[in-house]
Amino acid sequence: MPMYSGKVMDHFMNPRNVGEIKDADGIGEVGNPVCGDMMTFFIKVKDNRLEDVKFQTFGCGAAVAVSSMTSEMAKGKTLEEAVKITPSLVAQELEGLPKNKYHCSNLGAQALQKAIRDYAQKKGITIEGLEEEKGEGDEEGE
Amino acid sequence: MTTGNEKKPERRVYLDYIATTPVLPEVLEAMLPYFSDVYGNPQSFHSWGDEPGEAIEKAREQVASLVDGSPDEIVFTSTGSEANNLAVKGLAQGQIGKGKHIIVSAIEHFSVLNAARTLEKAGFELTVVPVGKYGLVDPDEVARNIREDTILVSVMHANGEVGTIQPIAEISKRVKEAGVLFHTDAVASTGNVPVNLNELGVDALSLAANQFYGPKGAAALWVRKRTRLIPLMDGGVQEGGRRPGTENVPAIVGLGKAAELAIRDMPSRMTKLSQLRDRLINGLLTAVDHTILTGHPTQRLPHHASFCVEFIEGEAMLLLLNSQGIAASSGSACTSRALKASHVLIAMGLPHEIAQGSLLFSLGIGNNEGDIDYVVEKMPPIVDRLRQMSPLYAKFIKEKRG
Repeated sequence: MPMYSGKVMDHFMNPRNVGEIKDADGIGEVGNPVCGDMMTFFIKVKDNRLEDVKFQTFGCGAAVAVSSMTSEMAKGKTLEEAVKITPSLVAQELEGLPKNKYHCSNLGAQALQKAIRDYAQKKGITIEGLEEEKGEGDEEGE
Repeated sequence: MTTGNEKKPERRVYLDYIATTPVLPEVLEAMLPYFSDVYGNPQSFHSWGDEPGEAIEKAREQVASLVDGSPDEIVFTSTGSEANNLAVKGLAQGQIGKGKHIIVSAIEHFSVLNAARTLEKAGFELTVVPVGKYGLVDPDEVARNIREDTILVSVMHANGEVGTIQPIAEISKRVKEAGVLFHTDAVASTGNVPVNLNELGVDALSLAANQFYGPKGAAALWVRKRTRLIPLMDGGVQEGGRRPGTENVPAIVGLGKAAELAIRDMPSRMTKLSQLRDRLINGLLTAVDHTILTGHPTQRLPHHASFCVEFIEGEAMLLLLNSQGIAASSGSACTSRALKASHVLIAMGLPHEIAQGSLLFSLGIGNNEGDIDYVVEKMPPIVDRLRQMSPLYAKFIKEKRG
């Protein structure tokens, strides 16, 4: 059994912000079934802030917990603040992840970034700190 | 493990007997004296060694009876993995003058598959034969791949992940016609279904005690008389020099006792467990839609029910089942340390996203109908909860609605 922290188990057993935003301002989809996890993030933006964040996740306990934590960290932040959420910050907030589950934490931050990028592209705006698009879901842990 | 909102489950149901069985009280009782009073080394030339020496020979007879072999053909090892390594490497190296080609199936346990790959790196040639959608090896496919220089074929008797039982007698017939040695990994089957090595027609067979209510750390390789076997380790005279090292007397005694009890109780265990298995298979397939049975529907281990639940992932199911007091296992990528989906499910042609939903229940003599009904009751809300989170399920529903 993976040695998950209490925080990971809490977010897995009681995930926050699960679901879909029907009229989302941005959508970010990452991962593939071969690596095991898929995540979709939906964002609603108001006055440059993430008014709402929701997710759908196909994956293990760590993947669900990472999605939940990422959504919680992002909600209410400005877009500039939200793009600063890194995989290691998410892992830290979850009180650590087993070594072979690090790649799950990459996916959470990537999916959020992708949703914000989607929003930025639709609006034709640039957001400070937002990275260029890169191949997602292919960062295989460690 | 902490869950944050800990609540004691209504029931505790162990359905992971393939991982390991508990040790029966009679087995433990038989083992205990050899940890304390009867501590001598069987190889010693004094009376302290006599009783443990006799105990080992008795266990050898008990194990031989279980597979219809002769006691002097039994080599005790520590685990099924060791027995498989000894068979593949020891038999291949023993035949080295005759050729260098080995055949194994695609769904072998890693102790066979990786032992064969190690030999490949050392200069042997390896053919991995495929399996069909139920995990069955086609005897003709094995026969087609036998060459002049083929020295060993290894195909497992039953697969621990999908429960499929292979037509070993048919495969061995083709292999023996070609005059090639044939090993079968019967770790998952021995002690659970009748395993008669003369009927199977094999030259070597691996078995392990912790699959039939014996202790961990006790296993054996049966090798037909006058078959050349190179030991994995160098050392003393134990096990005829084929497996040196001071014998693990209590574990071997436990293996022997478990074998004796398996012979006695096998018919009643098989009847009980196959009924419970069918109750679980039928119950789950009815209660949870978009779930498939993996492995052969009828040619399968009596205590084995394996599935793939679509749109969700195995480890997440295991965590939620565990929170309800239910122990199961999965071949999903996330549950493997290597983060790769089960090679068995992929070899059977299942796509990765389906293989990710792998869920395996293995039953044992401690289970009853109440356990099965409890699992069938707890599964639908667990599956539903994970599907409500799943982007794959959301897509599926959208496409269904059109």
